[in-house]
Amino acid sequence: MSILLFIESENNKLKRNAAEIASYGVALADKLNKDCVAISFNADNAQELGQFGVSKVFNVTNTPQQFDAHVYANVLTHYVAKLAATHIIVSSSADAKFLAPLIAANTNAAYVPNVVALPHEYQPLTVRRTAFTNKAFANTTLTAEVNIIGVGNNTFGSVEQAVDCVVENATVEHTASQLEQLSISKETGKATIADADVVVSGGRGLKGPEHWHLIEELAEVLDAATACSKPVSDMGWRSHDEHVGQTGKPVSTNLYIAIGISGAIQHLAGVNASKVKVVINNDPEAPFFKAADYGIVGDAFEVVPVLTEKLKAFKAQS
Amino acid sequence: MNILVCISHVPDTTSKINFVENDTQFDTNGVQFVINPNDEFGLTRAIWFKEKQGAQVHVIHVGTAAAEPTLRKCLAIGADKAFRVDTPATDGMQVAKELAAFISTNPYDLVIAGRESIDYNGAMVPGILAALLDIAFVPNCVGLEIDGKNAVVEREIDGGREKLKGNLPMVIGGQKGLVEEADLKIPNMRGIMQARQKPFEVLNPKGSGIPTKDVLFEKPAPKAEVKLVPADDIDQLIELLHKEANVI
Repeated sequence: MSILLFIESENNKLKRNAAEIASYGVALADKLNKDCVAISFNADNAQELGQFGVSKVFNVTNTPQQFDAHVYANVLTHYVAKLAATHIIVSSSADAKFLAPLIAANTNAAYVPNVVALPHEYQPLTVRRTAFTNKAFANTTLTAEVNIIGVGNNTFGSVEQAVDCVVENATVEHTASQLEQLSISKETGKATIADADVVVSGGRGLKGPEHWHLIEELAEVLDAATACSKPVSDMGWRSHDEHVGQTGKPVSTNLYIAIGISGAIQHLAGVNASKVKVVINNDPEAPFFKAADYGIVGDAFEVVPVLTEKLKAFKAQS
Repeated sequence: MNILVCISHVPDTTSKINFVENDTQFDTNGVQFVINPNDEFGLTRAIWFKEKQGAQVHVIHVGTAAAEPTLRKCLAIGADKAFRVDTPATDGMQVAKELAAFISTNPYDLVIAGRESIDYNGAMVPGILAALLDIAFVPNCVGLEIDGKNAVVEREIDGGREKLKGNLPMVIGGQKGLVEEADLKIPNMRGIMQARQKPFEVLNPKGSGIPTKDVLFEKPAPKAEVKLVPADDIDQLIELLHKEANVI
């Protein structure tokens, strides 16, 4: 009996969230007294999972280089049977949310995404997850033979505990792709909203796209991804790919800095899962201040450049 | 082309979220329900296909009669026929199995669902459904063009977009981008009148085991008051983020 981890990689390197998934899986395996086995795809550095307590990895090498949900689901389904897996741990990335339902269908599993902690009960297995777009939590039981837990980004964190890790390169017979990739457009070398520790987000208060250097410069100092509110993407100041909120991308980061964003309920729903929220707005009545941890009531055009300079100095000496 | 749009009936975003029955049930009292926003983008795209390329558009919902006004609204916007599978929906696998049972005897060229519902945020029904039917699936769909049996689909990925090609039948999980907000339709009087005459079928559930159950709901602990830092004391903010919040 084992716990399977779906480990994500990109360009043959583990993705950042691999550490969190490994840590969660190892902790769950300890509680349930089961083996924890990681499955990675075309990863050169799967060995590094040993830092987080994973001692066994099957690194599958005969799948397409790019993520292919249908093929990956096929491979993981094979391992569920082969290793008699009772639990599968995945992240809450776009790819994981694409993949997990397919595995659930193949294995007739119970699947609960957006889980924020280790199970708080094991008989029956009960997890806490967000619901109503971060406005509530639900305690949910999973009672199938195979149970899939989707861990919310940045909720469990990573726990270092180095062990010897055996990586076995494997080939698994799988079905053909159902879809053909025509193109992929992705900004390289830039932190993404899904991956970054910090997201700096701008709203209508910035008055126009020509002022976005304020956001970009602050983001650069913090190694942050840039984001924007819905009106900003609707007006075409920034691309829709940066729109965060209920109908845009979800944000669940360690630090979210909102500049010139009033905090409409749809925006808050999408970003509320972030751990620490800082709001800079010249309107003291902006609803976002009620949801924020730290706030500055002030003019973004004055506050942000100072903040950027001071953070630069802070980073230089720390 | 025959298109089926799967509809969730969800509390409007601005609804107060409360629970009753010892925090085991969502409190629907005074709550305005709407078409799940992600589904509405998909429905609007389906109606675009109907108008531009010719298609029959059906909508389906798994749930209780409480959703009927939402389904009538779909008909008023332009869907041709509505189905409701009459069973309370509590789990994504359960809903997907009901949909799969229906579709396996009533095939469609294209099945559109939303990226996720804004109430339980599972994002799983369309994927499970596609795998049960063994047809292709594209989630987070922000672009869809169809030519005969070929579909070119764009999906949003972390940090960008991916363009994919596949054959119908196919299931997609739609979201904003499939159409823009400005394209969403508000039912007019003629549409509302016509909707009354359009076919609406209530189906018996096939029934299946339900592998997950929400046993308790909780609201987040009330948030501590925001700490305001004077605009001329940025050092204090950096100090707080470094020492207290531990995020830089």
